[in-house]
Amino acid sequence: MSIDMAQFHQVFFEESFEGLDAMESGLLNLDMGDVDDEVINTIFRAAHSIKGGSGTFGFTAVSDFTHVMETLLDEMRDGRRQVTQAAVNVLLGSVDCLREMLTAIQDDSDIDVETVSEHQQALEKELAQGGGALAQPVEVAAEVVEESVDPGASPGWEIAFSPHLGMLRTGNDPVRIFRELSELGDLEVTVDFRGMPSLNEIEPEDCHLSWKLILKGDVQESEINDIFDWVEDECDMAISPLRDENGDYIEAQAIDVEPVVEAVKQQPTPVAAKADAPTDVNKTTKPTVKSDSKSKDNKSSGSIRVDTSKIDTLINMVGELVITQSMLSLVGEHFEINKLDQLKNGLSQLERHTRELQESVMNIRMLPISFVFSRFPRLVHDLSTKLGKKIDLKLVGEQTEVDKTVVELLSDPLVHLVRNSLDHGIEMPAERLAAGKPENGTVILEAYHRGGNIVIEVVDDGKGLDKEKLRAKAIEKGLIEEDAILTDKQTYELIFMPGFSTAEQLTDVSGRGVGMDVVRRNIQTLGGNIEIISELGKGSTISIHLPLTLAILDGQSIAVGDERFIVPLGSIIESLNITDDQVNKVAGKGETFLLRDEYLPIVRMHEIFQVESAQRTNLMDGLVVVVEGQGVRCGLFVDDLLGQQQVVIKSLEANYRKVEGVSGATILGDGSVALILDIPGLVRLSNQ
Amino acid sequence: MAEDTTNTQTEDKKLDNSSQFLSFSLGDEEYGIDILRVQEIRSWEPVSRIPNVPKYEKGVVNLRGAIVPIIDLRERFGLGHAEYNPLTVVVILQAKVEATNRTMGVVVDAVSDVVDVELSRIQNAPNFGAKVSTEFINGLVSVNERMVMLLDVAKLLQLEKLHEDHQDQYH
Amino acid sequence: MASILAVDDSASMRQMVSFTLKGEGYSVVEAVDGVDALNKAKGQKFDCVVTDVNMPNKDGISLIKELRQLPEYKFTPMLMLTTESGMDKKQEGKAAGATGWIVKPFNPDQLLKTIKKVLG
Repeated sequence: MSIDMAQFHQVFFEESFEGLDAMESGLLNLDMGDVDDEVINTIFRAAHSIKGGSGTFGFTAVSDFTHVMETLLDEMRDGRRQVTQAAVNVLLGSVDCLREMLTAIQDDSDIDVETVSEHQQALEKELAQGGGALAQPVEVAAEVVEESVDPGASPGWEIAFSPHLGMLRTGNDPVRIFRELSELGDLEVTVDFRGMPSLNEIEPEDCHLSWKLILKGDVQESEINDIFDWVEDECDMAISPLRDENGDYIEAQAIDVEPVVEAVKQQPTPVAAKADAPTDVNKTTKPTVKSDSKSKDNKSSGSIRVDTSKIDTLINMVGELVITQSMLSLVGEHFEINKLDQLKNGLSQLERHTRELQESVMNIRMLPISFVFSRFPRLVHDLSTKLGKKIDLKLVGEQTEVDKTVVELLSDPLVHLVRNSLDHGIEMPAERLAAGKPENGTVILEAYHRGGNIVIEVVDDGKGLDKEKLRAKAIEKGLIEEDAILTDKQTYELIFMPGFSTAEQLTDVSGRGVGMDVVRRNIQTLGGNIEIISELGKGSTISIHLPLTLAILDGQSIAVGDERFIVPLGSIIESLNITDDQVNKVAGKGETFLLRDEYLPIVRMHEIFQVESAQRTNLMDGLVVVVEGQGVRCGLFVDDLLGQQQVVIKSLEANYRKVEGVSGATILGDGSVALILDIPGLVRLSNQ
Repeated sequence: MAEDTTNTQTEDKKLDNSSQFLSFSLGDEEYGIDILRVQEIRSWEPVSRIPNVPKYEKGVVNLRGAIVPIIDLRERFGLGHAEYNPLTVVVILQAKVEATNRTMGVVVDAVSDVVDVELSRIQNAPNFGAKVSTEFINGLVSVNERMVMLLDVAKLLQLEKLHEDHQDQYH
Repeated sequence: MASILAVDDSASMRQMVSFTLKGEGYSVVEAVDGVDALNKAKGQKFDCVVTDVNMPNKDGISLIKELRQLPEYKFTPMLMLTTESGMDKKQEGKAAGATGWIVKPFNPDQLLKTIKKVLG
């Protein structure tokens, strides 16, 4: 039977990478003084699984390498070896190395042999020091000796086989053993009832019988031993070469042992071939697997691992949907007006099922944020060592779920923020002590849901932002006027401006030419925003607000003339009627109106989108919807507010192009297309 | 969908032997499109207008869940506007533009015929002068004594580029 | 056709085992660890259990030990998937009531051969 093993590779890679992440976080969590057995076990298990899988799928380089790691971990697990920081560091390096090896295999590129052997040597060196690595080699050697002692073949064998009483209770059936033996040659079975107790003493689950077996044919003793391998300890058995009637060994009479072995090897009988089968299969399978993995392009399949319970929910819902559908078609087949209630009932069920189905489908795309957070313990460990700072990292709300796309795109901005906190936020230990703070700085990475958003916060108890410095810097860089009046919030926001960097000296930790402006832009492309609050000497908190999913949006539909647009519900603050006397016309800058104590620009939708069918051009006739997006606020002048609905976001750019003021499109209930408005884009448009 | 990997290069190759073209009319003129680029032919349906784009980009429609732009070819080629009526036809085209498959609908007056064209009969597009851009014309062929202009679909679908070239067409 | 419970915390191994066995017409139920397996085994009688040894929550050996206590699994063949280095594991497994073992790494043919051995 030939099975294309390549089909399991993707899953193997995915779980191996997850395993490596688990190993890494486990290793980072190890407390040298008080080693948690369960943590070591988890690390060991991950290494063990990778070894097992890579061996099975033919990635021998990986399984060989992992074997050394596993041995080291096994000794730690058994308490035969002290867990030292040095060993942990070697293991961490090996985790990185394994990750690279697996990536190389996945990408079909060459493994960096030098790096691998470097790490392997480091592991072996670690293994050689201390610990009781001796047990296994001895065991293996013993096994080898045992096999080499194998007397080889005989024309036949006599086997005395008396199972212990409990053998059946390990699921081993003597009949199975006889069946296998009979595949090797001619088998004669003689039962020995002598062990049978009397009928009333009999224990039906015990095995009271014993057997004498005669096996004729060119059979190696090791082949017989293999068959009894599983029951070795549950039976008494003796294998002896067949004797003829005179009690002499048949083989001794006829031929020497050596030639028999030779003969078997040269012209293998079907029986011998069978015994060799496992190794043959190994040889032929391996190359096939390799070529398969080459031919198949496994690069970023865009697959997702889904909890089976989520799929089950989905299947249940589809089931209900089908029932509703058949009910409806039954109603529709012979429709009479007295069935109206049934129809309405069915339709409302249909609506509910569809909504639930949509929710569960969206749910499939949701991943816990731990997928992003999990890389940070390592990052913080490495960076704090490098910077000579003492930093505790706390992860909160790792199970908070968020859309896969968001998870993937969130990683880089977060790394940047955490690096910044470590590099510029947290002070050196001495500095902290002098300021009366604990020596260890704390960085908290927290995620939680709020409304339709996920909020991710990076909190540090470092030195905080110095408003005066920020301001001076911004003036120096020409980003603001010298007499500009800024609120605290606006001052902190300066760090997000392009060309602004507060670090007195760029370090290789965070000074990488990528500024906070890029971070903000990335977050904004995800439809989110980023804020910072800070207190000098106490620390800073950076919050990222992101929509839970990029595929679905709660929308408010608005009417402008006979056109419909969708405004993201989350960006609407309020809507109001305003009168002409509330409006200030600023020469050359358009109209503004006063909302509480803030002047907001008015964006006339019919003008900037050139809606010819618009009737209501007088502010009194329509509505002003106050919206906010990416820190920009304005009042959209529209004809009317229509309903609110969840819309599925479709790309305009797939077949068309990006349009200023529009973030995407959606399909309405009647099949027509409505554009989704992009607030900052609209403001830009109206400023032109 | 079958030929979605075909690009301009292979389109040229097709002309080597013999190819089928869908011919349609715009005013008095006859145009041809490689039949393998044609996904389907639909009647005109109202579109959702896109703000601040050239006038010939009529808007977008929902084509089985995908958002597809509709271009008025008459206006695109500067042949004036024709009122849309139930007989107005939208030809859905697809081609690979910058490594992605793009789908677009073009509004034409009427679809005429499917014609077999041999390479030997295709002539290079002459210079039309200022009147019609030869940018989208792959060649000319005479069918039943009518001149048919063969269009380069991939170029037709490259909207971004047109966008910059035709700033003056904003209205 | 015989039903088999395949237990492994590694998704790729589980898929490989399950795919191979299904390909031969066995009906296969997968479990991700010992606890999951025990629950599934209580809900349905399997003709054979194939389990990994090293697993979180409940390892293969404890699983076998607990399954053997159940009347309906008293004689059921139970195989463990173990690595070549785990000789002591084999002994431990036998003591817990394992029928036998399959040594990792194995390929689909070896797996099938062994399964056929115990299921006949």
